[in-house]
Amino acid sequence: MSEHFIVSASPHVRENTSIQKVMFGVVIALVPAIVGSVYFYGVRALLLILLSCLAALITEAVIQKSRGVPVTIGDGSALVTGVLLAFNIPPGVPWWMPVVGSVFAIAIGKQVFGGVGYNPLNPALLGRAFLLASWPVQMTTTWLPGRGGTLSGLTLKGVDVVTQATPLAVMRKVTEIIADPNSTTHQIVQAREVLADLGSSESIANLFMGQVGGCIGETSAILLLIGAAYLMFKHYIEWRIPGTYMATVAILTWAFGGPSGLFTGNALFHILAGGLILGAFYMATDMVTSPVSPKGMIIFGVGCGVLTSIIRLIGGYPEGVSYSILLMNVATPLIDRHTRPKKFGEVKKSG
Amino acid sequence: MGDEVKVGTVIGEAAGFVSVPVHASISGKVTAVGRFPHPLGGEHQAVVIEGDGEDSWDESVVPRDNVDALTPREIRDIIRDAGIVGLGGAAFPTHVKLSPPDSKPIDTAILNGAECEPWLTADHRLMLERPAEVMRGFRLIMKALGCERGFVGIESNKPDAVEAMKAAVPSGSGIRVVMVQVKYPQGAEKQLIDSLLRRKVPAGGLPMDVGVVVQNVGTALAVYEACHKGIPLVRRVVTVTGNPVGNPSNFSPRIGTMVASLVEQAGGLSDEVSKVISGGPMMGMAQFTLDVPVIKGMSGMLFLGPGDVDTRPPDPCIRCGHCVHACPMKLLPTTIEKYVMVEAIDKAVEMGLNDCIECGSCAYVCPSRRRLVHQFKYGKYLSAELRKKAAERSDKEKGN
Repeated sequence: MSEHFIVSASPHVRENTSIQKVMFGVVIALVPAIVGSVYFYGVRALLLILLSCLAALITEAVIQKSRGVPVTIGDGSALVTGVLLAFNIPPGVPWWMPVVGSVFAIAIGKQVFGGVGYNPLNPALLGRAFLLASWPVQMTTTWLPGRGGTLSGLTLKGVDVVTQATPLAVMRKVTEIIADPNSTTHQIVQAREVLADLGSSESIANLFMGQVGGCIGETSAILLLIGAAYLMFKHYIEWRIPGTYMATVAILTWAFGGPSGLFTGNALFHILAGGLILGAFYMATDMVTSPVSPKGMIIFGVGCGVLTSIIRLIGGYPEGVSYSILLMNVATPLIDRHTRPKKFGEVKKSG
Repeated sequence: MGDEVKVGTVIGEAAGFVSVPVHASISGKVTAVGRFPHPLGGEHQAVVIEGDGEDSWDESVVPRDNVDALTPREIRDIIRDAGIVGLGGAAFPTHVKLSPPDSKPIDTAILNGAECEPWLTADHRLMLERPAEVMRGFRLIMKALGCERGFVGIESNKPDAVEAMKAAVPSGSGIRVVMVQVKYPQGAEKQLIDSLLRRKVPAGGLPMDVGVVVQNVGTALAVYEACHKGIPLVRRVVTVTGNPVGNPSNFSPRIGTMVASLVEQAGGLSDEVSKVISGGPMMGMAQFTLDVPVIKGMSGMLFLGPGDVDTRPPDPCIRCGHCVHACPMKLLPTTIEKYVMVEAIDKAVEMGLNDCIECGSCAYVCPSRRRLVHQFKYGKYLSAELRKKAAERSDKEKGN
């Protein structure tokens, strides 16, 4: 028998869990969408994802080495950032873009603040924002149509409104044409036709399966939801943030997103199109950058939803998921401060 | 030194209201009085008795016939003189808990049969083996409190104990045996009261603030022994368990028995032992030696092998919020930890540092293995020091 016992404060047993387990859980959840991206956009998508991951891991290792701290690339957090960054860029970008994005995400988004746990903003989204600001053309035009589908998810019958755009961009364009007093009757008729097509069951099915143009990992709702179900089952994420986020977008786009007045918008289209599902389940739920209290999570989710809806409906971009989440990341410390849960047995002080 | 003592002879007088006397637990000769290692850490005053093997009892230990005629006051005095403290682990003097101020009338007594921690089975065995005595002790406790209503809370994984205790309830006594959900920390006072009565003890308050007093089953048995048989608290049930233990069992050793000899009785330690814990895995105290005695508050001795102990250093907090969901007191453990780590004690207290019951749930679920409870204990210590200093300062100002 050993003469020296370990002496430490309680508790003396722990759940078998670790950062690594949580992070690799997220990677596993992303596998269906990775496979889907290869199916829809070809091996090119896989190469971009691998480059992004490699760049993230190497950047993390190099910086940690130079900081003289233990290299923790095995914990999976840089890997998650790498995959998510690649998921947030179009499949047609030049090969160096995910590399630059990942280096920025890890170096400026994470290590500058002290590494895992200390970054105020979601590193992958920060990397995407950096790329979008620096190379806006590549980031908004290098779309590829999903295999067996078209870029917009529509089979346009000789309509010349917009053909080379993603579903959200098409939605934006036609809504603008309908609202524009200078549009000709012909244009408006065509736009209404396209709008109806966007809301058709065929278009919704394409969005659900992912046979449309979009960022590498965001197009297939079904594959992302499979992974999200796994994360929920493992208790790595919970319903509050994604649930309130999507519900808020649904309500606001239904209320204000229609061409013919209040409550004529297509909520289902707005949930499935663009990066909402990817953002709501995989990035808004990023533990480090979202609130810890249940009430805070709801405020965070609703805030993301409001911002996304504002950007999509009246802002300058067709898509607003990543900026919404980044903005709410910034608000997280404030939310945390004001949403301390009521302590057990706490009573309001009278007076 | 050299005094002859018998079982039940008082060897340590109570020093104030919130203290109780200590009795010799065996008969023999006092061979030393000095400072010895204590399970709660450090060294404490102790009396060493060399046993004479006679086990002869002190003349003061005489059975009582007229137990039903005892007044609440008499019951409290007997409990105090018998040296009875809460045997659930906190070892708070029982007579104090049974003397609520007039401003806080008690309408309900709760007998805590929800084992306070995993691994420990002492309370379970007591309810199975001595249900009638435990129940009589509980009725004496109710009488001392002057309350009509009593609940026995037992976790639903012990249906046999529920049966045994139900059978022991006398008809028309106002006592109900209730099955409560198996969850940790169900055996914590405030949580048990909430489960049984849906009453929430105010933050910073005591159960008596909601008209409730909770007593452990072991304490109830001790009350029975003291009132009926005149026996002071000289023994208690201790669970000896853990993977390295040859034959994990419950024992009823005399207070003061060395842990090393308990271990011998339990078949010795087969494997290598990494950690020795007085109490349970969630709240127990790690020991550095087996040369400590059984004390009144020792509900178990848990031995952990190398495979049971995680010694990896903590990782940074990733703000996953699992601790927030786990906290039964609805605190923000991660935030409080951060405040304590920068010694912003006033902020930590504001966030509920002193409401923490140190149940260990937060640290248990933490993927980064943060030493949350460790920090909270440290923070509470700092907070107490600050309070002491503030009190001294105001005393000084008054003096001037």
